[in-house]
Parts: sequence; structure tokens; C-alpha cells
Amino acid sequence: MSNGSLRVQRISLRRRVVNGMVTYGALGASVLVIVPLVAIFGYLLMKGIGSINWAFLTQIPKPVGEPGGGMGNAIVGSAIILLIASLFGIPLGIGAGIYLAEFGRNKLGNLVRFTSDVLNGVPSIVVGISVYGLVVVTQKHFSALAGGVALGIMMIPTVARSTEEMLLMVPRTIREAAWGLGVPQWRTTLSVTLKTASAGVITGTMLAFARAAGETAPLLFTAFGNQFWNWNLNQPTAALPLQVYVYAISPFDEWHRQAWAGALVLILLIVAAVTAVRVVTSRGMYRAS
Amino acid sequence: MGVGINVRDLKAWFGATEALHGINMSMGANCVTAIIGPSGCGKSTYVRCLNRMHETIPGATMKGEVTVGDVSILDQSAVDVRRRIGMVFQKPNPFPTMSIYDNVAAGLKLNGVRNRGKMDEIVERSLRHAALWEEVKDVLKKKSGASLSGGQQQRLCIARALAVEPEVLLMDEPASALDPISTGKIEELIDDLKQNYTIVIVTHNMQQAARVAGYTGFFLMGNLIEFDKTEKIFTNPSDKRTEDYITGRFG
Amino acid sequence: MPNTPHAGAIAQVQAKPLPIRSPFASRFADTGFRGVIVLCALSVLAIVVLIAWQLIVHSELSLKQFGLKFFFSSDWDPVSGEFGALPFVFGTIVSSMLALVIAVPLSVAAAVFITEMCPGWLKTPLSFLMELLAAIPSVIYGLWAIFILAPILRTYVEPFLGKYFAWTGLFSGPTYGIGMLAAGIILAIMIVPIVSSITREVMTAVPQQQREAVLALGATRWEMIRTGVLRNARTGIIGGVILGLGRALGETMAVTMVIGNRAEIAKSLFAPGYTMASVIANEFSEATDNLYLSAIIEIGLALFLVTLIVNIIAQGLVWASTRGMPARAQA
Repeated sequence: MSNGSLRVQRISLRRRVVNGMVTYGALGASVLVIVPLVAIFGYLLMKGIGSINWAFLTQIPKPVGEPGGGMGNAIVGSAIILLIASLFGIPLGIGAGIYLAEFGRNKLGNLVRFTSDVLNGVPSIVVGISVYGLVVVTQKHFSALAGGVALGIMMIPTVARSTEEMLLMVPRTIREAAWGLGVPQWRTTLSVTLKTASAGVITGTMLAFARAAGETAPLLFTAFGNQFWNWNLNQPTAALPLQVYVYAISPFDEWHRQAWAGALVLILLIVAAVTAVRVVTSRGMYRAS
Repeated sequence: MGVGINVRDLKAWFGATEALHGINMSMGANCVTAIIGPSGCGKSTYVRCLNRMHETIPGATMKGEVTVGDVSILDQSAVDVRRRIGMVFQKPNPFPTMSIYDNVAAGLKLNGVRNRGKMDEIVERSLRHAALWEEVKDVLKKKSGASLSGGQQQRLCIARALAVEPEVLLMDEPASALDPISTGKIEELIDDLKQNYTIVIVTHNMQQAARVAGYTGFFLMGNLIEFDKTEKIFTNPSDKRTEDYITGRFG
Repeated sequence: MPNTPHAGAIAQVQAKPLPIRSPFASRFADTGFRGVIVLCALSVLAIVVLIAWQLIVHSELSLKQFGLKFFFSSDWDPVSGEFGALPFVFGTIVSSMLALVIAVPLSVAAAVFITEMCPGWLKTPLSFLMELLAAIPSVIYGLWAIFILAPILRTYVEPFLGKYFAWTGLFSGPTYGIGMLAAGIILAIMIVPIVSSITREVMTAVPQQQREAVLALGATRWEMIRTGVLRNARTGIIGGVILGLGRALGETMAVTMVIGNRAEIAKSLFAPGYTMASVIANEFSEATDNLYLSAIIEIGLALFLVTLIVNIIAQGLVWASTRGMPARAQA
């Protein structure tokens, strides 16, 4: 009897040790994974905060070698390009999402869903090449418009999928209540179903927007960049991530300093969007006062 | 005022499966007709055919003649049919993003009524008809439809259905998700409503049918077995199957 | 039936007929709406087709000139008009593989921790942090990699590796900091969120009964995770890994900034390299003649096809594992 129980004890110890090791290993991995995040944010703050001032936010770059100047034109340029991207990508994305949720339980719906995932996986630089061919070559110059189209294309899959998901979460009985009142299908979808899912759809859109805001590769040969103010949609335009890239790989310390500042501005905007999304989704789908 | 409903040889399918095998029934104006039967007998399907909600299910079809008043519902568009025939569902489904006022007015707004005064008048009237006005008149626009209790929500849904002034009111087990006190209030309500509307109520609760309905139809496996005055169905049914169901031998 | 107060209210109000919209207008609006929505859905298809078409059309020149040996030649010489993409293919594969080797164990371990071992109060902040990691733009990763990661590699890590592991052949040569190792590491950091979140999703989709069945046999928590969860989620996890691979293959900015951009095939991880995405980013604007540009776009076409196939495989695996209904990996 005592022999048997001793054997059981020994196995238990080994297994317990392994269990403990794995637990700490997994914990360690989680910590290790977070370390770069902390490091990146830390350095961004450290290196960037000193350089963010009114001049930085409102001035255009000074000629090479001269200190000072800023990324004002890049910030505005990004805003313009993102506006075009949103006007192009968000309606198409929401429309596709509505199709998938309300009419899409069929072969065409599956094809669209699949293609949307495919589009999501296309490297952003490849999208840039294609928009170069479609827009830049046709117009014979780089433009904010081309940049907007490229970023818009990248927004569509995210917006579509999250719209679909949110609409599917609206219980069928809500739609039935509207149909039962004699409300036509189109009105039901827009004024009832979409309205009920609106919080979720908006957060999905904001996520897509935040992602597009940080994209550089598609802008390399579409918006191309610009060292000056530009309000013409048909001309090359500066963008914040693009400017950060150009400055970062340059050999000038002054530009490196500004690259950190620009990166900090960019990440703050994105973090604000992601946090807002989290707050809204954690408060639940609808606000029942 | 309510109108009568005539159903002739109504059949309904879910895809290839026939769920209703030719129903013939005449429901009188300003009457409350109860539809009873065991689970899966087709009573919900039947009632959903009357306002053409059945066809909203993918693959579902119906055939036959259903005349509400003097118009066949298959001659009108489904949307128009549903404006004349209101529906209250099993689980209360107020629109969660709308206030109480907006919920009641939803049918009106979504059908293009713009006149504020008229809307106020209709909302108040509907809430009074649904016996909810006194409880919510001070918080009409402040509280959302979903913040009410279950019984209140269901009365809100009734008010919403009444606001578009239907001639017929279909109720699919309206009190089954509610507590006994709310159920009692709804039953009281049905009794008042029948003065102005024709009501068809699906219920699995035979005592409820006995309390509210003048006529009762017993369904079994997609067929209408017996349709008669409620009193007769429950005290002296003609068909053995009806009797078995009433006495609790199955279902 | 009792005579209730509201009965009177009903009697006194007259019902007036409601204005009913013409049925024609309603049906027209419904059809019109559906048409617009279908067009939106079709636009997704159209866009992918347009992308593929543009890539094919513009790489025709290079395709005709070099054929398939384009991908097997390492002769990238714009001046003489000779274009061989092997160095970029090599660089893409090596950097991605390195990223996977580093990222996958860490991601899966972190996912296991968050899903199965993490105390409730820690779950939300941890997964929020992971979400933030995923939100950091590529160019910022690159910026950090150039000025923080590369110097650390150059000063501490690479000399250390070179001293003790040079015999493997992987850690020899001058230690620039910039090079394949830096690219692999930054890529690893970037794909951890994806692999981890998919792993979490498929692990959450494993039904609770599976876990309980193993626990009931007297297993420790790790044994329960190993047999009750990971084994069931295996397919999906592999799918997540391949999805991460897909992301790594197409990653441009961060890699371009630290890989050194030299079209060479070297054994050592310290050496600079070049990836398909990087060469496009760097040389697209400098392509002076049509053949040059066409060669670069052909690389883009190859990248498109490779990521397409990889993503299809990955999606299939993930879908099979969660049976098409991804459980929301809620914190």
C-alpha cells in the first residue's frame, strides 16, 4: 500500500513542476511580448515630446540643413487624403457589409466575403502599384486623389466585415417588428437595423480609418509626398507617415528628431481612435438610457 | 373598425416541406379568435401567413386565398398588407435605440407621416388603447423602449402596432414571456381592443383561450381539426383529437 | 370582463384613415436600394480584379523577356538590363521564416496565458495592449528599429552571438546592426498580435466540455491545455501562423528601413539583404525605363500571388477550426 502511494507522489511532483514551469513560461512570454510595446511608446514619448510645438505642427519643412520647420503640410495632407479615402471606402464598405448581412446568404455572398478577405491580405504596396497604374498613369501625375483611392481600397474589407458582423448581431425579431408595421425592406435596413447596429458599425469604421492613417507603402507612388503646402487634390501631397519615413532614412539628425515627433503625433491619433473604439464596444451595442 | 378574415385552402411550405395542408376558416369581425394546438402544429405559421410574414423566411412560400375585409392579401403588396394587419410577437421587441414615443410613432414615421401634432395625437391614443399611457406619459421621450419591464414592453409593442390603425391585430403568444400579472393585464386589454379590431391570438395556454376568445381553432400537424365557439370546443368538442388535447392527453 | 377606464378612451376617439404610400413607389425604392447595395458588394470583386489586371498588364514586358528564370537568377543589374529576382525571394523567405521562428512560440505561449491562465482582472488590459501592438503603423516600427533596435543589436546582441555561435555559419561577418536579423526581429514583433489573436480565438472556440473531460481524468492545468485545448485548436493555430506568415511576406516599411537593401544572398543573418516588398518600395520611383519598371511590377505580381495563396490556405484552416463562426475573443 505504502509503495503504491509513494509512486503516485513522485509522478505528481514532476507533473506539478512541469505545470509550474509552463505557467511561468507563458507568463514570461506574455511579458516579453508586451516589452516592445512599452519600449516603442516609451522612446516615442522620450524622443518626440520635446520636438512637438506649435511651429512643428503648423510649419512646412525647411530646406535641408536648416534647423526648424515642421510637418504642418504633412498633417494637413494626411487629413485630405484620409478624407478622400473615407468618402470612397466607407460607403462602399458599409454597402458591401449590408449586402453580406441582409442579402448575402448565397453563393454571391460567399464569393464577396471570400474576396473581401483576399483584399484584406493583399500587401499594401501591391495596392499602391495598382492604383499607380489606374490613377497616376491616367492622370500623368501623382495626386492626393490617387493616395485617397489607395487608402480607401484598404479600408473597404475591414469596414465591410465589421458592418456585416454588427448587423448580424441585431436580432431578427427587430427586423420582424418593422416588417410587421408595414415598413418596406429598404427603410427597415437603413432606419431600423443599421441604426440599431450603428455603434458597432461606427467603431469598425474608426478602426479601419486608424489603420489607413498609419499606412505608408500605398502612398509611396500615389500621393508621393510634397515639401510644401498643397491644397490641390490633383497634385502630389505630403502625408504624415510618408514624411516620417523620408526623414527617418535620411542622414540628417535634424530630420531624425522631427521624425520622432511626427511619429508621436501619428501614434497619439491612432491610440485615441483605438481606445475610443474599446470604450464604445465595452459599453454594449445599444445605449439603453 | 375591424373586418372579417376568410381563409380558403391555405397551404404553406418551408422549402419543400408542406407545413399547412389546406386551411379553411372564417374569422368574424370584431371577434377574438384563438388558435390552439401542440408545439409544431403550424399555428404560428398560420398566423404569419395572414400578414404575409411567413414569406420573409428564406425559402418559405404560401398559396391559397386569404381575404381580409374584401381584399385578397395576395393581390396587394406585402407591405400594404402589413399596414392593415398588425402583429405582436411572442417576445416583446421594442426598438432598442428609440424612446417610448419614437417606438410608438415608428410605424408612422417610417411610413412618411410628418405632422407633429397628428403624431402626438396618435401616440397618445395608441398608448391609451394599450393601457400604458398613465404609466409612461411623463417619460415618453426620455426613456428608451427597452428600459421598461417585460409587461410594459409588450404593451408598448401593442401600442406601436395600433398606431398605424390596422383593421386586424395578430398576436403570436403575446403573454407567454410575461409574468401572471402582466398576462392578466394583456388579457384585459384584448377584451377592450376587440371593440375596434379583429383579433387572432395564438396561444398554448388553453385557459387563456377560454378567457379571451369567442371562437377557437384547434390545429394539429398542419391541419385545422376543429373550429367553433370557444365554449363548445372546451366543453363538448366534436373531434376526438380535440378532446384529447383539451384534456391534456398530449401536447 | 371588467369595465376598465380606458374602454371609454377608445370609444371617444375617431379613427381617420392613414395616408398610405403608393405601392409602386415602395417597390421601386426596394429594388433601387437592393441594386445599390449589390453594386457595393460587386465593387469588392471589381477592385480585386482590377488589382490583378494592373499587375499582369504592367509586368508583361518583363514576363515576356525573362520568363520563369526571372525568379531563379540573382543578377539584378538595372544598368545592363538584366533582372533576376532570386535575392529578393531569398530575402523575403528568410526574413519571414526568422520572424515565424521567433514569433510563433511567443505568440502561442502568450495566447495560452491570456486564455487559460490569466486572472480575470488582467485579461482586459493585456488584450488591449495586444490590440495596441497591432495598431502601431509599420513606419513607426521601422523608426524604432533603426534608432533603438539596430544599435542594440550592433552593440550587444550580435557580438555576443558572433562570439559563441559563429560556428553555425548564421552569425558571422561584420555586425552592422542593420541586416537580416534586425528585419526578422522587427517582423516577429509585428506578427505576434495576429498569431496571438487567432490562437486565442480558436482556443476560445474549443468547447468547455473538452477541457472538463481532461480535468476530470486528474490532469494538471498544463496537461488539460495540451490535450484538451491545443490539440483541438491545432488546425486553427496553424492557420493563424500561416496568416502571420502572409502578413510578414507583404510587410514593407519596417523591413525596408532595417534590412540594408543589398541584393545579395548570404548565409549569415548579420548580412544585409533585400525583400520583394522592399525592392519595390525603394526602386519603383527610380525605375528609369519600361523594362526596369516592368520587372519591379512583376515582383509585385509574384508577391500578390504568393500572399493570395498563403492567405487562402490560412483562412481555410482557421475557418475549419472554428467552423466558420469565429468566437469573439473577448477579454
